[in-house]
Amino acid sequence: MTKFGASPERTARDLFAQAAGEAFDDSGLDPDAVEELFYGNFMGEFAETQGHQGPLMADAASVSAPATRIESACASSGVAVRYGVNHIRSGAADVVLVGGAERMKNLSTPEGTRALSAAADALYEVKAGVTFPGAYSLMANKYFDEFGGTREDLAHVAVKNHEHAVENDLAQFNRAISVEDVLEAPTVSAPFGLYDCSPMSDGAAAAVLVSEAFAEDHGMETDVKITGVGQASDSLALQDRVSIPETPAAVEAGETAYEDAGIEPSDVDVAEVHDCFTIAEVLALESLGFYEPGEAITAARDGETAIDGELPVNLSGGLKAKGHPVGATGCAQISELTKLLRGDHVNSDAVSDAEIGLTHNAGGTVASCVVHVLEEVDA
Amino acid sequence: MSDARDEGYDDFLDAVEDDEPYYLEGPDGDGSLPPKRIDPATGSQELTEQPLPETGEIETYTQTHVAAPDFADDAPFVVAVADFGPVSVTGQIRGMEPSDVEIGQEVQIGVDRTETTDERILVFEPV
Repeated sequence: MTKFGASPERTARDLFAQAAGEAFDDSGLDPDAVEELFYGNFMGEFAETQGHQGPLMADAASVSAPATRIESACASSGVAVRYGVNHIRSGAADVVLVGGAERMKNLSTPEGTRALSAAADALYEVKAGVTFPGAYSLMANKYFDEFGGTREDLAHVAVKNHEHAVENDLAQFNRAISVEDVLEAPTVSAPFGLYDCSPMSDGAAAAVLVSEAFAEDHGMETDVKITGVGQASDSLALQDRVSIPETPAAVEAGETAYEDAGIEPSDVDVAEVHDCFTIAEVLALESLGFYEPGEAITAARDGETAIDGELPVNLSGGLKAKGHPVGATGCAQISELTKLLRGDHVNSDAVSDAEIGLTHNAGGTVASCVVHVLEEVDA
Repeated sequence: MSDARDEGYDDFLDAVEDDEPYYLEGPDGDGSLPPKRIDPATGSQELTEQPLPETGEIETYTQTHVAAPDFADDAPFVVAVADFGPVSVTGQIRGMEPSDVEIGQEVQIGVDRTETTDERILVFEPV
């Protein structure tokens, strides 16, 4: 993956080409080995007036293969990874390039806010003034009402994820913040202040996926294997959900991925979850079966999800501190978790015994969710 | 942005303005809002218009300070989801101080216009 952050003058095709080049170098394969490309992007039409990005990105990566863009809001490249895995499992290909990119920082905050709100229901939510932070605030306030919890509890999620990113050169923010910083930041949509929200970011991520047979035949060193995949959908609009502070699409995607991998939530040693807002990490941990509904709100405050906690969550810094170029995020989670498991991530030492990792990538207010289970090979 | 009507959605707003708001009911009595052709609960295509209950309850709300350009002059504003029984609806709060808005509060539905674009918008007012 590229460094996430602000590079407003770099085009998405340039960002993706960099990520793809790194993925080729990492895999030892050339672009001509690729048999299919699945590429995630959300707001190319807003940011660059650019549609039809599948072949554009294939061109940028020097890939001559069928190329398809996946748009699932912030889950775009997580879904692209799932398509890649399924394509290989089906026998249709042995080598697939997956990834995504997003250029956001060339937009002003209001323009970016408008672009992001396209992940919500254009009729009943956007026309009512619902923004992306606004939608998650609706979930957070309902969560507080139903289960309890405070802004301070949420602040600890942001503080933890910033702490994890301090040494991560690829992260947008390498600076620790305090609970007071979070609580005193300007309000975006109550209860969220600026530091409850992941930033707008530019960046790209890519991965070369290969079948086991291909890896064996070509003597490739594959240290990590994707063993579980799950995806699920929910109503786009919060008003159509049975329970606003819960994310059943994540529950279903998680259960599918666990079953696929033949594991239980308790087998997971380390997780990268979609903390686009502080409450989103809480909802993810509950939906994935790590906590009962209403009980993950204190996980960060109590240190349970910190680097030295029982289940380290978002050792990359998460979306909050690593950054959130939306179309790149899902694949970036795969990239960071792969490094964490195989030992070449700056935070790998903290999880040197970890064998099983999980990624959770969500679109909109979790109307799309894709979960992957990654396992260290020969662990 | 196109000036074309959004059939179903704009029909719903017309009905709210005419004090005759409705929802779509499926064969098992579950509700949804237009435009909808297939009942989300049963998959049936037999939907009938039923009068929306006159009052709903605020399920959740948020006061938004950073708005999209279409709401720049409206901010800060309070958005809420209100539960009317068979359906829930999203709209902005009118006629109440933001600090007085509470989950569980009874509201009625209406239509207002936004400051920024003068577009129609669903709103909730205290009963």
